[in-house]
Amino acid sequence: MTNKTSRQTIARSLISGCLLLFMALGQANAELLIRITEGADSAIPIAVVPFAVSGTLPAGEDRVATIVQADLTMSGEFRPLEPSKMLSLPSQRSEVYFRDWRLLGQRYVLVGQLTRSGDRVEARYELFDVNREERLLGETASAPVSNIRSLGHHISDKVYEAITGVPGVFSTKLAYVTVTGEGNSSRYRLQVSDVDGKRSRIRLESSEPILSPAWSPDGEKLAYVSFETGKPAIFVHEIATGERTKVADFPGLNSAPSWSPDGRSLLMTLSRDGNAEIYQMNLADRSLTRLTDHWAIDTEPTWDHSGRGIFFTSDRSGGPQIYHMERPGAEPRRVTFGSRYNARPRPDPSGDYVYYVHQRNNAFHIARTNLKTGEEVVITRTESDESPSLSPNGRLLIYATQQGGSSVLTVVSSDGGAAYSLPASDGAVSEPAWGPITR
Amino acid sequence: MMKLSFTQKACALLLSTGLVAGCSSTGGVQEDESYGSDVEAIDQSGGSTVYGGTDSGSVSSTELTDEERQAQREQAEQEALRGITTFYFDFDTAEIKQEARDALVAHARFLAENPRQQVRLEGHADERGTSEYNLALGERRANAVERFLVVNGASRGQIETVSYGEEKPAVRGSSESAWAQNRRVELMYQ
Repeated sequence: MTNKTSRQTIARSLISGCLLLFMALGQANAELLIRITEGADSAIPIAVVPFAVSGTLPAGEDRVATIVQADLTMSGEFRPLEPSKMLSLPSQRSEVYFRDWRLLGQRYVLVGQLTRSGDRVEARYELFDVNREERLLGETASAPVSNIRSLGHHISDKVYEAITGVPGVFSTKLAYVTVTGEGNSSRYRLQVSDVDGKRSRIRLESSEPILSPAWSPDGEKLAYVSFETGKPAIFVHEIATGERTKVADFPGLNSAPSWSPDGRSLLMTLSRDGNAEIYQMNLADRSLTRLTDHWAIDTEPTWDHSGRGIFFTSDRSGGPQIYHMERPGAEPRRVTFGSRYNARPRPDPSGDYVYYVHQRNNAFHIARTNLKTGEEVVITRTESDESPSLSPNGRLLIYATQQGGSSVLTVVSSDGGAAYSLPASDGAVSEPAWGPITR
Repeated sequence: MMKLSFTQKACALLLSTGLVAGCSSTGGVQEDESYGSDVEAIDQSGGSTVYGGTDSGSVSSTELTDEERQAQREQAEQEALRGITTFYFDFDTAEIKQEARDALVAHARFLAENPRQQVRLEGHADERGTSEYNLALGERRANAVERFLVVNGASRGQIETVSYGEEKPAVRGSSESAWAQNRRVELMYQ
């Protein structure tokens, strides 16, 4: 008996040793490939003029303006002008001839200069409203030469916010799970990348399933479910250090972690008392408060936009439906009625809508319900849709689906318009989670 | 009265397990072991009547052989039933299907007869719907099988359940047939 136990312990530490190795390396990995599938008709024309460069920058890297163009295109809300169609390539206000840009049908012009000093590169950039002939933005920003991509995303965020009034999300991160191989040779990898799928890093690799990654509000940690011990357990993983803690490993289910707005507690689904119920775990002392008590399945909890109430999935009416508790433990109110399968709620930051997986005519879409009117709208046209996750500014929605027999992550605007997809270069990809805006 | 009815029940149970031969036709007389050697003696003597025919002990050899065959057949049936270790479910349900019951009863009896035997029940769902709900659904299916086994004689302590939700499909693909094969509980002796 003692022998067996110590063998198990050794086996376990070997396994966690392997896991740690991968985490420490934070390995670069075959990336998701961005594919823009559709642009909105209402997309705003903008000219992002290639930035003037003084000093040499590393070859092979995308230029800042190229990154900004790609970001704005990806949002679906902008239609950047082909640089080859530009009549001039200004890099500061004195060189901008508004009449030329009006002729080209442009609403906005972004110009700038890059200056290398030592290991850093500084960008000075200005954004103009063509019709008003007015400067909307004039800033400098700098980054290490090795991190031009972050500089580009930063400028995209500023431009996006100056025009739309809503913070950009181009500097935020995605977490997702890829799977390669089959059966016993399956490899599950928890990865973190830029929102365009670039710069992906493996954070955890395992031969057993990983699911439900959830970002802490400060963007520094991920909670997720890992089957590495042979059953589902919840881990909290600090991204920078790779340090991780198993926070829930009770008999039965340990699943669906979701952070509180203050980052101090996790909502989770446990079946330690015999049936899937929702609990709140205080992370400081691991104390649990049970929030539901019903014979049905209660799972997929998430705080609402106000941080006071909770959405969750329950099949207490016979099939899975979305419910809302005004405060933890309050009597739940059913939110969805449109079909017999509605699950995995995700509130939008404004509090107007809740998004979820919705079955209709034997297909699974992402739908949303207007919380004031109760009106339900199906957002996606794909048919095997799962895991909706909203961008922190509420403008984009990422979800997992099937495309031509392989799995992809797809991004649509939150009202269902423009889209891009992120197919994995190898294997399957699922469980996307959009990270918070961090400043 | 009470005691008799208990004996009858016990007898019926033993018979139905197919492991005790000839319980009914012997009128409940012989000890199992001596009875076994009697049967051999009967066979050797060429199959006519046996044993100074005093009381209820006299039995015809043909009847016994039938009983034995019956017992063997039942045992073989039970073994064959225990060969069935995957049990399927309809979409979004954890209801044990009629056709799964005989095999599950056979597993329950086997567990009852082998109290040290451990079994692991792995619950699964098809890929449709959400992964967390499917995790709970897989658990509900595994629990349904566990309850069925316990009701039929297994002890709760022999059974471990785990749900993989939609994470470990038996069959890849997005067809009705793949989904049907993936909505399952797998029973694994440990």
